[in-house]
Amino acid sequence: MIRLTVNGTVHELEVPAYRTLLDCLRYDLGLTGSKEGCGVGVCGACTVLLDGKMISSCIALAAFADGRSVTTVEGLAQDERLHPVQQAFVDAGGFQCGICTPGQVVSAKALLDANPNPTEAEIKEWMVGNLCRCTGYYKIVESIRSAAQRSRA
Amino acid sequence: MNDFDYRSPRSLDEALAILGEYGEDARVVAGGTALVTMMRQRLVQPRCLVSLRDVQGLGRIEANGGLRLGALVTHRDAEVSPLVRERIPVLAETFRRVATVRIRHMATIGGALAHGDPNQDPPVTLLALGATVNIRSARAAREVPLTEFFRDYYETALEPGELVTAVTVPAPPAGSGAAFLKFLPRTADDYATVAAAAIVTLERDGVRCREARIALGSVGVTALRATSAEALLGGEPLGESLLQAAGEAAKTAVDPLTDHRGSAAYKREMTAVMVGRVLGQAWEAARRSAQARP
Repeated sequence: MIRLTVNGTVHELEVPAYRTLLDCLRYDLGLTGSKEGCGVGVCGACTVLLDGKMISSCIALAAFADGRSVTTVEGLAQDERLHPVQQAFVDAGGFQCGICTPGQVVSAKALLDANPNPTEAEIKEWMVGNLCRCTGYYKIVESIRSAAQRSRA
Repeated sequence: MNDFDYRSPRSLDEALAILGEYGEDARVVAGGTALVTMMRQRLVQPRCLVSLRDVQGLGRIEANGGLRLGALVTHRDAEVSPLVRERIPVLAETFRRVATVRIRHMATIGGALAHGDPNQDPPVTLLALGATVNIRSARAAREVPLTEFFRDYYETALEPGELVTAVTVPAPPAGSGAAFLKFLPRTADDYATVAAAAIVTLERDGVRCREARIALGSVGVTALRATSAEALLGGEPLGESLLQAAGEAAKTAVDPLTDHRGSAAYKREMTAVMVGRVLGQAWEAARRSAQARP
């Protein structure tokens, strides 16, 4: 039996030892925002926050999160209002096909939590492991800069 | 992935007892970035995973003359630790160059050493700095110099029933300077095509080399020391021809594989280039440090 707090809600679950955190979120809890891309921790589509720190949920076992707090993309919007990072991605065109977007948004939120006013170089260094094959990245960087500005305003 | 028993002991003794019970069928897991990935690819199918997550006392960074980094210290912890940055900045910089922030949040120092992957960055700098690995089993504790720890591709000196508890890094001597460089022709989060670290200690004259250590990654079955290059440097002043000669000598120490990061011949040539560069940077840092010496 493991006990996960996901987006503020406590879940007690019986899962096999080999269950990854990503599969647990998607199949046991129905939170399909986090995606499996590469399955080896490289692409960033499965990024979630574990006790506030971003990790690859595809190579974490669900058991690693026992007793801890997980934030997924579903936990960002409050009362139907998009999180400022989500709104900035919409406004600045930070996505096209959308498959990498949950990971991009969760990583960007983690960046702004740690560093509310990042330079462009800091944004790029932080986001280096979130692959996107559509946008060419410029609009992702622009979205994050704009989210940071909005949060300061 | 295969099914397995998952155990999360709360103490080192308890962890070692479980390891003793399962022997070669157990694997130790910390961050999981290496092991879970290999399990997903069915390259490893352990009967028991012993998670160190809840073991107390393995996650500390301590000053002990040099530094002692507990096995559960993450790469990110080591990168941002003010203590590491102040005492051995090249170590913090090396950890900063590993993979992505996300992976650095998960991957631990002990796990990375036990994994024994010759493409990793920290072993290169740790070898140059003369680090030792602290190892425990249910019966005994021992320390192994990193030069004797890596045995072969993914093989280390760890015996069944043993685990890494810490890595100890001696303080760089006064009048020394160090550098780490990673040649990355593809992406910033990739493994290196060639990685190189060097530490140079100067004589009191601040000009001639007293001792230099050079280590390389991604160019052999383990991270390795380029002792053939080191041997050229004692007593010599820095010069372009010396850097070139050291680079050429380092080529005899390596045995790279051809892969998508470059051909063996290319990696051997780039070894010479990277050794010249990293040695030049370490020497420059040593000169600054020698000038600052009272």
